[in-house]
Amino acid sequence: MPLTKKEVFERYFLELRCKLLDAAAILDRIRRAPGDDEQLRNDPRIGQLRRALEVLASERTNYAEEIQLIFSRPYDPDWQQKFDLSATNP
Amino acid sequence: MYYIDPHNHMVSRVTDDYERLARAGCVAVSEPAFWAGFDRGSAESFRDYFRHLTEFEPKRAAQYGIKHYCWVCINAKEAENVSLAREVIAILPEFLDRPNCLGVGEIGLNKNTRNEAIIFLEQVDLAARHNELILVHTPHLEDKYQGTRMILDMLRGDSRIRPEKVLIDHVEEHTIRYALEEGYWVGMTLYPVTKCTPQRAADMVEMYGTERIMVNSAGDWGPSNPLAVTDFIHEMRMRGHSEETIRKIVYENPLAFFSQCPRWQFESPLAATA
Ligand SMILES: [Zn+2]
Repeated sequence: MPLTKKEVFERYFLELRCKLLDAAAILDRIRRAPGDDEQLRNDPRIGQLRRALEVLASERTNYAEEIQLIFSRPYDPDWQQKFDLSATNP
Repeated sequence: MYYIDPHNHMVSRVTDDYERLARAGCVAVSEPAFWAGFDRGSAESFRDYFRHLTEFEPKRAAQYGIKHYCWVCINAKEAENVSLAREVIAILPEFLDRPNCLGVGEIGLNKNTRNEAIIFLEQVDLAARHNELILVHTPHLEDKYQGTRMILDMLRGDSRIRPEKVLIDHVEEHTIRYALEEGYWVGMTLYPVTKCTPQRAADMVEMYGTERIMVNSAGDWGPSNPLAVTDFIHEMRMRGHSEETIRKIVYENPLAFFSQCPRWQFESPLAATA
């Protein structure tokens, strides 16, 4: 018998709380560290983290997949033409 | 529970790990050829590596009652050096006939470059000509989604390739669907930080079912746990999944995939206890 929503929630609530606290403490650690904010301002990963947190804070059907895609390079369906793989036989 | 680890780099593990695997219920491992942590200098280095995989490791495993199988190839990282990669591809047929060799792997992409794609296609061609199984490494982290889609494009482009003879490894939440929908086998890798946890692997089983899905440890020289499959078994049990369901994923599925290899020989420990 699969667990009910309530049972899954009870089982994982403390783990989820703990992981959110871990994330919060890491953000504090970065803030506390020496150096100026300028060093991080242009790092694209900051924007990715922000978008991931926004996804978590909204209603979604597939959080894990969406967050994976935020941290992924995009796929270009025309990549084979751009690589010109036809001209490479050994 | 008896299980098979379909992806474990035993050359980088100590003999004690074989003993721990045996005690944990592991009856067979399959070891794909991979990057050794540094780029090798010549094709001869690979020849020695393939001898290690086909001669030495099966003996070391047998001391603990574990059957050792392997795969040979030039890995995606070293494929960036196209001329060296072609020298290595030329020696692969010497090893494809070895009794413990299951096919060509783990081939794939690493940074999704043109050179990697060229060498991937040449090894797919080799596998098709020799009618071998293929084990595919998909890239990590930000390269995984793009690289997995590119790999599926290339496999689809070769009409000789039958999806049921290919295992797409290291799938995660954003790539598993593409591989399963096209009929491939998939592997979920339980590896700290960069890949998947036992909990998330169990989640994917709950979302996608048990057909053509396997779980592996990809134990290697990095921070990894060669016994990680047992963590998955435990997680599934804690969630109330049946022993039958779990056994399908960790034992019957790898068995079904590997047994398509004509050299596959395996005596089931389950038959002995029945
Ligand atoms: Zn591997």
